[in-house]
Amino acid sequence: MSGLTLQNVTKQFGTFTAVRNVQLTVPHGTFVCLLGPSGCGKTTLMRMVAGLDLPTSGEIRLDDRDITHVPTHKRDLGMVFQSLALFPHLTVGENIAYSLRIRGIGKEEQKKRVDELLSMIHLTGYADRPVAKLSGGQRQRVAIARALAISPKLFLLDEPLSALDAKLREAMQVELRQLQQRLGITTIVVTHDQREAMTMADTVVVMNGGEIRQAAPPVEIYRRPADTFVADFIGMTNLIDFSADASGASVLGSPITGLAIPPGLKAGVLSVRPEDVHLAAPGNGSITGKVTFIRDLGGTIETFVEAGGRQVVAVSMPNARPDVSVGQEVGLNLNPADCVVLKS
Amino acid sequence: MRREAPQKLSDYGPLVFPAGMLIVFFVVPFATMIAVSFFKRDPAGFYSADFVFDNYARFLSLFFGKVLGFSLFLAIAVAICCVVLAVPFTYLLSRAGRHAQVLWLVALLSVLSLSEVIIGFAWSTLFSRTAGITNILVALGILKEAVALNPSFGAVLTAMVYQALPYTVLVLYPALVRLDPTLTEAARTLGASPVKAFFTVVVPALRNTIVATLIMVFIFALGSYLLPQILGRPQHWTLSVLITDQAIYQSNMPFAAAMAVFLVLVTLGLVALTVYAGRKGEAA
Repeated sequence: MSGLTLQNVTKQFGTFTAVRNVQLTVPHGTFVCLLGPSGCGKTTLMRMVAGLDLPTSGEIRLDDRDITHVPTHKRDLGMVFQSLALFPHLTVGENIAYSLRIRGIGKEEQKKRVDELLSMIHLTGYADRPVAKLSGGQRQRVAIARALAISPKLFLLDEPLSALDAKLREAMQVELRQLQQRLGITTIVVTHDQREAMTMADTVVVMNGGEIRQAAPPVEIYRRPADTFVADFIGMTNLIDFSADASGASVLGSPITGLAIPPGLKAGVLSVRPEDVHLAAPGNGSITGKVTFIRDLGGTIETFVEAGGRQVVAVSMPNARPDVSVGQEVGLNLNPADCVVLKS
Repeated sequence: MRREAPQKLSDYGPLVFPAGMLIVFFVVPFATMIAVSFFKRDPAGFYSADFVFDNYARFLSLFFGKVLGFSLFLAIAVAICCVVLAVPFTYLLSRAGRHAQVLWLVALLSVLSLSEVIIGFAWSTLFSRTAGITNILVALGILKEAVALNPSFGAVLTAMVYQALPYTVLVLYPALVRLDPTLTEAARTLGASPVKAFFTVVVPALRNTIVATLIMVFIFALGSYLLPQILGRPQHWTLSVLITDQAIYQSNMPFAAAMAVFLVLVTLGLVALTVYAGRKGEAA
């Protein structure tokens, strides 16, 4: 199969296991985000794909060729580093042309390709500027253009947008995704920003403790998290304990019907997104609680409710503003189809 | 960090001590030397105050021209050898583990603690026929019989490079440690082998540091006068050797002073030329 395949890839630094037994397939032309908290092994995994670190065991295949022990410079990839690593002694054009020069491509062709790339990143006419004179966003684009100069088989980006301010970052996420779709290039991005991952990726790979916890399309990661870590890490969620027996399940002291609980599971956790918690008049909900705090953000309203000794958050849109105030009793309704049953 | 420029006279207070030391131990002796270089030599005694150009005129001969040429050539050779050896070495050192780094730096510092005399005699032993390194080559079957490697130009060069190398490494070390290691990684992902990455990224990025180091080692080597005498033939003697000879053994202080002034001028000229060339290269 064409694309990138990781088989049982493990990386140990001394006694510390940074990446544990990772299995991952990235089909040709897809955009994958490695997402996780710092120290989860996502950067190490990417460095192994790039050949900058060698796996302790396991195999990395690119287009059906074993590249586990192929040195970095023979892998034909493009990588954008967190620090960008633009060469300070070269101009913008020379930076972009570096990979072409190293491969002995003629001056004319180099110049043509550099002009092409500069227009792609909207920096036409910047070829002769020193990189030190560029703004953060411009440097970012130059680093991307430099990595794409040889039309690599694999495009890797390690926290590429973390140095930019929030507004620019959002704009670059969209731009990067559009660029990737236009070029149809297999792309892997390491990020700790879930919004970034949700914006750009075909597949989000959530990692923790050196292991892949879930690899799925963004919406599935959000709607159907595989475990409590993923549910909690991606977006806001309510993790509510439940117990079950032959007669049925109960949540926060009230019975709930319609949950698809695997047979034999006596207790577990429900993950319910705040927008799936519906507020109702007291007595009209299956669960009764008390409002403890209201956070009105303008765009959304978060209502904090204490029920059965737990805090539950409900999010509403302004056009469905709940008619509640702090200290008031409210009813809560959960639709069983919105609840994800997880092991605790 | 931005600091405010000194406002009052008293703000210059901290400068008094270093300025005083510089004046007493550098400006005054140097001015004295310049003055003496124009004095008239008194063959019977020492010298008498005067203003003559005889000393400089005497210097403009083929013999002294050759010595000056050789001194500059030797200093440039030492500087180039040191930098060529030290840049890759220091690069690898800066990427090595902490323990290895400390060990190497301690070893280099201990070389610095050796005096020029000890270095000279140690190398003259190592280069000798009876106890030298060629005996090892004979034992290994590479050479037929042991030979003396000194006095020779190679011996002078080796010992001077040995002496200057620790300085070179210590000057390069901070710059190489500060060099972003992802620069070479980026070069590798872009298709450069580690060796190519070193020459296309590390060396050009450190251009200014390397030029500054070349100048430093060049000046350091120019002052050497013991090693050429211990390990070289008379034709390997540097201008510094002749200056010492004139000043101490011939008691011709004015001529020695004139040679020293001339050496300083030539050195400054070469340094200025290097800096100028470096500037031009940067602008291009």
